[in-house]
Amino acid sequence: MDLKIASATATTSEKSAVDSLLGPATETSQGGERNSAGYRVARGGESLRSLRHLLLPTLHAVNDRVGWLSRGAINYISQRLDIAPADIYGVATFYALFDTNERPARQVHVCIDLACRAMSGCKEDSIPNGAIASPCLGVCERAPAVLVIETGVTPRYEVLAPATNNEIAELVAGKSARTQQDIAAAVPQAPDNSLVLLSRIGRVDPLSIDEYIASGGYVALRRAIEIGAEQVIKEVTASGLVGRGGAAFPTGRKWAAVASQPVKTRYLICNADESEPGTFKDRVLMEGDPFALVESMTIAAFATGCQHGWIYLRGEYPRALKNLQNAITLARSCSMLGENILGSGFDFDITIFRGAGAYICGEETAIFNSIEGYRGEPRNKPPFPVEVGLFGKPTVVNNVETLVNVLPIITNTGDKYATWGTTGSKGKKLFCVSGAVNKPGVFEVTFGATLRQLIDLAGGIKAGSSLQAVLLGGAAGGFVGPEDLDLELTLEAARAAGTTLGSGVVMVLDQTVDIVDQLQRIAAFFRDESCGQCVPCRVGTVRQQEALARLVKSSGSQNSAVDLQLLRDLGQVMRDASICGLGQTAHNAIDSALTRLKVFSA
Amino acid sequence: MSTQVTTGLQVRRTVELTIDGQKVNAVEGSTLLDACRASGKEIPTLCYGDTITPKNACRVCMVELEGSRTLVPSCSRKVEPGMVVNTNNERTSHSRKLVLELLGSSVDLSLTKNVARWNEGYGAEPSRFGAPSFHHDDRDEAVTGHHHQPDGSTAETVHQPVKIDNNLYIRDYSKCILCYQCVDACGEQWQNTFAITTAGRGFDARISTEFAVDLTDSACVYCGNCIQVCPTGALMFTSEYEMRQDGTWNEPEQTQTDTICPYCGVGCALTLHVQDNTIVKVTSPSDHSVTHGNLCIKGRFGFQHVQNRSSE
Repeated sequence: MDLKIASATATTSEKSAVDSLLGPATETSQGGERNSAGYRVARGGESLRSLRHLLLPTLHAVNDRVGWLSRGAINYISQRLDIAPADIYGVATFYALFDTNERPARQVHVCIDLACRAMSGCKEDSIPNGAIASPCLGVCERAPAVLVIETGVTPRYEVLAPATNNEIAELVAGKSARTQQDIAAAVPQAPDNSLVLLSRIGRVDPLSIDEYIASGGYVALRRAIEIGAEQVIKEVTASGLVGRGGAAFPTGRKWAAVASQPVKTRYLICNADESEPGTFKDRVLMEGDPFALVESMTIAAFATGCQHGWIYLRGEYPRALKNLQNAITLARSCSMLGENILGSGFDFDITIFRGAGAYICGEETAIFNSIEGYRGEPRNKPPFPVEVGLFGKPTVVNNVETLVNVLPIITNTGDKYATWGTTGSKGKKLFCVSGAVNKPGVFEVTFGATLRQLIDLAGGIKAGSSLQAVLLGGAAGGFVGPEDLDLELTLEAARAAGTTLGSGVVMVLDQTVDIVDQLQRIAAFFRDESCGQCVPCRVGTVRQQEALARLVKSSGSQNSAVDLQLLRDLGQVMRDASICGLGQTAHNAIDSALTRLKVFSA
Repeated sequence: MSTQVTTGLQVRRTVELTIDGQKVNAVEGSTLLDACRASGKEIPTLCYGDTITPKNACRVCMVELEGSRTLVPSCSRKVEPGMVVNTNNERTSHSRKLVLELLGSSVDLSLTKNVARWNEGYGAEPSRFGAPSFHHDDRDEAVTGHHHQPDGSTAETVHQPVKIDNNLYIRDYSKCILCYQCVDACGEQWQNTFAITTAGRGFDARISTEFAVDLTDSACVYCGNCIQVCPTGALMFTSEYEMRQDGTWNEPEQTQTDTICPYCGVGCALTLHVQDNTIVKVTSPSDHSVTHGNLCIKGRFGFQHVQNRSSE
C-alpha cells in the first residue's frame, strides 16, 4: 500500500507522544537519519503491519498528551504504523474517549447514567457548562461520579464521587479533585477474613506483593503447577463455575475447548471492560486485590496453554490501571510472571490494554478487534473464540470476577467449591448494590440468597424511601418490583422468573425515581453504544428511543397502543437478528418495565 | 450422509441438510444462502455482494436454524451436515419485515433493487415509525457517544446533502445502508487504497474519508470499484447523476456492450452502458475472471475520447 498523506504535520508534542511509545523514527521516510553506511532505511510489509495492535495505545498516548487527535497527529501515526489516515480516523471516531476535534486539555466527564441520575438527578441538561456527559463510570456506590482527565506530559486521571454540582463546576474551572476514597469504602462487608473473593479488601495493601503472599497469595498457583494443567481444568469443571460477566457460560468447558485446540499459539484475555451501567465489582477487585487477578490469569494460562494474556481494561478506571501495573511489575520481579514461572518452565506474561470509551468492547469478539487495532465491532460467530480468536488464534476470554473465583477452586478443590450455592448456581457471587440503600457497595454472597437478604445486607432501604423497583443485571437486564423481593438470586431462579442476574447489578430505586426517565436513559445508552454494524441494533435502538419519547407524551391514549406494538416488534427483531448481545438485550429492560412494572399501561 | 461431486478439478464433498422440511445436498464450504437459492427459495439480500466477503450487516437474509437461539445470517453461515433450516416462517418474516422497515424509514432506498417488491411481500410499512426527518446536524460532525434527544415527532434519517467534490462520481450518503462493501473494495479486499472508512458509531456511523475531507484531498485513486459494489445508488457516476437530475436518465432505453479495455495489456472486461449513442457509465462483469468487477480510473472513467465528435 502506498500511503497518501496530506500536508498536515504533527506538532513536536504529538510526535514525542507517539515516539514515547514507538521509539524514535528510524526510517528515512519518517524523518529518520541514514544509517551508518549512508543508506536510506525503510521497513514495510509484515514487519510494519504486525504492529497494528499498537494503534490504540498510540492514539491513547497522543490523546493523553494533547487531549485530542489532530490531522497532523494521525498523519504521523499513519507513517509510523503504515496504516492509512482514513483507516485511523475510522478507529479514532469509534471510541468516545478520543476526539478528532480540538478540545481543552482538561476534560470533566460527569456520569449521567442510571444510578447517578436516580440518586442525584445528574442529567445531560443539568450538568454544569463545560462538563461532558458520560455513560456509567462504574462508581455507582458513591453516585454521582466524576472523572477528570487532565492531559499533558504526565496526564492525570482523577475520580471524584460523590460530587455536588458545585464541586463539578469547580472541577470544570480547574480545581483539583479531593484525595481518593478508601477502596474498602466500596465493600461494606470489609474487612472480613471469612470472605472468599473480597477477603483482602481493607486488610491487605493492594500495592504490596509481600502482604499478598502473606495472606495466602500464590498458594493456588503453586498448587496448580503441582497438579498440572489437565487437573486444573478438571477442578474448574468440577466446581461448576460459570462466567460472571453476564452470559454464564461454564468456565471449565471453555478452558477445555481451548486446551484441546491443535493450534499451540493461544491467548488469554481478561475482560475488564466493565461498562454495564450499575456494575462496579470488577473495579473493586482490580483496585483492591490486583495480585489475585494476576495470579488467576497465570493459572488460567497455565491450564489452557496460553503464552500471553491481555487485561482489556476500560479506559475510565485509572486506579485499577495503576494498581494492576504495579502488581504486574512486582509479580515479574518475583518470578511469578514472565519466563519460567516459579521454576516450572512455564512462560507467561500480561499486557494491560486500555479501552477508550466503548461499551461494545466488552463483547468478547469486539475485544479482539479493539486489541488488534480496529474498530470495536463484534465479529460473526461461528467461528467461536475458543477456535479463532485474538489474532486468529484460540482465545480464552474470562471476566475479572470469573478468574478470581479460580483461586479458591484450586486452593480448596473444585468439589469443595461446588458445595457452595444451589443445584444450578455454584459458588460465591458478587453483587453491585446501588441506589436507595443504607450501605451501597459490592457484596459477596453464596448463591441462594434472596433479593431481600441482599438488600438487608446492604443495610436495608434508606429511611424515608419505599421500594419502587429493582433493576437486576444493568441496562441489559430487567426490572423487578417490590413483590419480587423473595426472588432467589440464582441463575435458575432468575431464569424461571423471566429475569436475569447479568453482571450482578442490583440497583434499588425508590419512589422518588422516575422510571420513565430511567427507561429513556437506557434507550439513549444503547443508541450511543451500538457499534452501528447491523441494522436491527443501529436503527432499532433509535426507533425504540423515539417510540418511548412518544409514549411519554401520549401515555394511556389510543396512540400509545400503536407505539407499544412498535416497541414489541422492535424488541423481537433486535433479539432475533442482531449480531451480538448488545442489540439482543437492548430491549430487555424496557420490556420488563412494560410487563412487570406496568409502565405506560395506565 | 455425504456424497462427492466433482467441480472442475476439485473433488468436493457435499453435506445433507434440511431446508423447509426438504432434504437438500449442498457443497461443503458453501453458505446457507447458496443452498437456499439452489433449492429455489427466494431470500432477500441487501448488503450481500458477490465479490466481497459477506459482512452480514443488514440482517435481511436471516433464516431460522434449529438449535440456534437467534436467527442466523444465511449469507455467511456455512452449511453443516444435519442442519435444519426454516426460511419462511413467522419469525423470519417478522425479522425481514422489520429490517426493511428500519432501513426504509432511515435511508432513501428509491434506487435499491427489489425493495418495493419485498416491502409488499413482507407487509413492510416504513412510514409507521413516523414522518422522516430531513433536518440534521452535519453527520460528519457527529460526536461519538452523544446525540440530541429525539422527541418522537419524526423518524430520524441519515439524510445529508449529496457530496460533489470531483468530476467523476458523486456520493449521496442519504442512500447508504452501510453495507461496508465500498470500504472493503477500497481497502483490503480489492484496491488496497484505504481512502474511505466507516467513521463514528451507532446511528452516526457513516462512510467517510479522514476528517471527512473531499475526495480530491483523500487517497482516492478514482478506480470506481466502490461504485461497482454499491447496491443502493449512493455512489454514482457524475454522468448518471446529472442525467437523473435532468430527468433524462432512461435505463430501459440503454444498451450494454461488453468489450475489452483498450488501455493496457491486462485485458479487463468492460460493459459500456450507452444511451442515445453516448457512453453514460462503465461497469465490469463481477464474474469476470480478470476483473471480478474491478477496473482502474482509465477503464472506468476514461471513455471520453470515444465520443469526442469533432463535427460538433
